[in-house]
Amino acid sequence: MSYSVNEQGFYGEFGGAFIPEMLHANIEHLSKNYLKIIREAEFREQFDALLKDFVGRPTPLYHAKRLSQRYNTKIYLKREDLNHTGAHKINNTIGQILLARKLGKKRIIAETGAGQHGVATATVCALMGVQCIVYMGKTDIARQAPNVARMRMLGAEVRPALSGSQTLKDATNEAIRDWINNPSDTHYIIGSVVGPHPYPDMVARFQSVISEEMRWQLQEHEGREYPDIIIACVGGGSNAAGAFYHYLEDDRVCLIAVEAAGLGIDSGASAATSLLGTKGIIHGSKTLLMQTEDGQIVEPYSISAGLDYPGIGPQHAHLIQSGRAQVLHATDQEALDAALELARIEGIIPALETAHALAVLDKLEFKEDEIVVINLSGRGDKDLAAYIEYLENPSGRHKSDH
Amino acid sequence: MNRVKHLFDKKDRDILNVYFTAGHPQLDDTVDIIRQLSHEGVDLVEVGMPYSDPLADGKTIQNSSQKALENGMKLDILFAQIKEAREYTNIPIILMGYYNQMIQYGEAAFLEKAKEVGVDGMIIPDLPMEIYVQAYRNLFEELGLTISFLITPETSEERIRQADKLSSGFIYVVSKSSITGTSGAISGEQEEYFNRLEAMNLDSPTLIGFGIYDQSGYNTACRHANGAIIGSAFIRALESDGKLSDKIVSFLSGIR
Repeated sequence: MSYSVNEQGFYGEFGGAFIPEMLHANIEHLSKNYLKIIREAEFREQFDALLKDFVGRPTPLYHAKRLSQRYNTKIYLKREDLNHTGAHKINNTIGQILLARKLGKKRIIAETGAGQHGVATATVCALMGVQCIVYMGKTDIARQAPNVARMRMLGAEVRPALSGSQTLKDATNEAIRDWINNPSDTHYIIGSVVGPHPYPDMVARFQSVISEEMRWQLQEHEGREYPDIIIACVGGGSNAAGAFYHYLEDDRVCLIAVEAAGLGIDSGASAATSLLGTKGIIHGSKTLLMQTEDGQIVEPYSISAGLDYPGIGPQHAHLIQSGRAQVLHATDQEALDAALELARIEGIIPALETAHALAVLDKLEFKEDEIVVINLSGRGDKDLAAYIEYLENPSGRHKSDH
Repeated sequence: MNRVKHLFDKKDRDILNVYFTAGHPQLDDTVDIIRQLSHEGVDLVEVGMPYSDPLADGKTIQNSSQKALENGMKLDILFAQIKEAREYTNIPIILMGYYNQMIQYGEAAFLEKAKEVGVDGMIIPDLPMEIYVQAYRNLFEELGLTISFLITPETSEERIRQADKLSSGFIYVVSKSSITGTSGAISGEQEEYFNRLEAMNLDSPTLIGFGIYDQSGYNTACRHANGAIIGSAFIRALESDGKLSDKIVSFLSGIR
């Protein structure tokens, strides 16, 4: 079975480009040109140079000895948190801004939930001197003030998405509507492996640098290119897509995607999309999504603003449905506990999203000589408010902001 | 015979298609709005199925959709309302909605139910022509439902020809690159695009929509196509104070 995208833009039955005609010309232009552009030697050189000198890649593959001891196995952390702007998101925005320049686009739009992708987009726009407009749900603007300030300092305009539930899905809708209204001068930098083809494939390719580095780093550390297990959190799924990319066809590697269970899978307040979702269309892509019986898209919940997306990237839907990837879930509380544990025994404060990946260590049984890689997708600075609340009341967190 | 096809057989100019969101302003207004539009001589009614994430729509239709959902609108309620409206009128009725709604209902069940209650055709803006041909064309034809595809100023000639071939009711000519509900007079650039379409001698009738909100826009559309589609402006009129029937009469008297 193939886990890559086919010529029509599908992963198995998922993916495609279910978009209004107004977007067709832009999406088709992108589909026809993205591979050609990103394979050009000049593009590769610029992309690699910026990842090295501006982003700070390669990121370390760190053998977390105390964490390994605690779980009686061999755990490596892929340190995407050490990237410039604090997460893996910038791998994609560097790639897309170079692509936008090649396409002759003068104006960039983006959506953001927690603000990490917004900051990463504002950063590359500042770097290239391009106009940047970031759509962000009004609710998210209120709860992610530091990232809003960062985007503004970087020269981006942050536009509140006032429609629907005023969170990530609505910010994405607003960005798509902006693109419909401004088809010729604008490029839309989507932040995850979601949206119409070719976005899921394009974003995965830009994020694939994560597993590309893992291969030679594991070779150095362990004398072999592959781990036994890779664990990554999944909202839309871009960090997982990057961490899985070069191992998709390698059956020796067990792929584990961790979704946010919020207050619990059956609580009515979770973002366990692959479990609770059904087939449908969201943001131009056929995938699994959380919706009512009448096909209205449901607002998910997680303490982590980066994981509360009602859909999941179409490739992940395919990996999960075909059994290639395994899905586990972590609640808010389990993620908070895992974040504290990593901080205390490894000296690393992870992002809340990443903490969900760490939280499943407790649920897995490892062999002593197994090699486990956890994609440490982001750092926790942006989540200090949630962590402070947790430290003051470690076991009694309630859903206060939802 | 299908009512949409019948309409275009007997009338080829000055066609007025009015769009509104089902279940808005009040849940039970749907039947009265259809009856009144029919009574006032509107040629075609386009009933919007309220959706949580209407990508192609501007603020007016977004808000009316949200309000309709808050009012409790569901597809089965809508089907019952259309069935009731059919007791009073023979006006062609088209459903406009998003592909996800159709998938979740079950595509075949959705189309069969629509046909059963008296719907004549569909507009599904995010259903690509390629998928329609692969998966649904036979079903539409068996049931005798029409489909209308959208074209825009950015649509290539080849694709316009494809939309012409596949559209079975009329072609929905999106007047400019935008979401619904924009204002402003029709520009020279838009007229050029309309002229380009006229010169193509398409087989299907054409209706121009998006940004048509007054008499002048309606007249321009009718000069270049078989008629016009008005949506957001009508919804705004429904949202004003007053009796529903008065608002409808007053709005239409300002159009033609």
